[in-house]
Amino acid sequence: MSENVGIVIVSHSADVARGTALMVEQMVGREVPLGWCGGDPGGGLGTSVEAIMAAIERAWSDAGVAILVDLGGAETNSEMAIEMLESSRREKVVVCEAPVVEGAVMAATEASGGATLDAVRRTAEELSPT
Amino acid sequence: MSSFSPYDPVPKTNAMHTGSVLLTNNVGLHARPSVKLTQLAKRFGAHIEFALATTGPWVDAKSPVKVMRFKAAKGETLHFRASGADAAEALAAIVALVEGGFAVEAEESSRPSQG
Repeated sequence: MSENVGIVIVSHSADVARGTALMVEQMVGREVPLGWCGGDPGGGLGTSVEAIMAAIERAWSDAGVAILVDLGGAETNSEMAIEMLESSRREKVVVCEAPVVEGAVMAATEASGGATLDAVRRTAEELSPT
Repeated sequence: MSSFSPYDPVPKTNAMHTGSVLLTNNVGLHARPSVKLTQLAKRFGAHIEFALATTGPWVDAKSPVKVMRFKAAKGETLHFRASGADAAEALAAIVALVEGGFAVEAEESSRPSQG
C-alpha cells in the first residue's frame, strides 16, 4: 500500500497551527502524515524557515507534501523552505493557494484516500475563487 | 436503435444502484459527517453521487469540497446512486454510515487529545 501525501500547516500563530492540526486529526484521522508550525520562539506571531523545514520533515511522505499557509511571510518562508530542501525532495512539495484551516481539512481528506499530490492540491484550491 | 426496447435489462456492469436514507443525526450533513462520507466513498472504485431529490442535482460523493458545500439537515433524505463493479457494496456501506449517524457522536468523547 502506498503512503499518503503529507500535510503541513504554517500559520503566524502557534495556536492557529496547532488548532488546525487538531481539526485535521479529529476529522480526517491519522492516516495522513501531519506537520505544523507557527509563532516565534518568544511566543509572538511569526513564521520561520527552519520551523517549516522541520514540519515538512515530520510530515514527509514519498508521495509528497502539501503546505497550507495563512498570510504573507508564511507563504514566502514556505517557498524558501522548499528551496532549501535537497533537490530530490523539492519537486514533491507544493504550497496550496487555499485558506489554511479549510484547505488543510479538505487536502487531508483527499490525501487520506491515497490521492496524488496534484489531486490533493487541486482539492484544496477548489476552495478559493478563481 | 430499432432493436432497442425500453424493457431491456440494463447490462450488469453499467447497472445503476440506488438507495435513499433519512438523515437522523443531530447536525445533519455538516463538517465531520461530510469528511466521513467522502472518505468512505473513496474506498470504492464505483462512481458515487448523491442528492436531496431523485431528480438531482447530483454531487460527486468523492469530492471533499463539493460534499462539504452540500447542505443537508436532520430530517432530510439523501438519495444515492452508484455505478461500477463495487457499486452495490459501496451503496450498502454508505447507507449504513448515514443510518448509523456517521458514527461521529460516539467518537468525539472517546478520542484522546493530542499534544
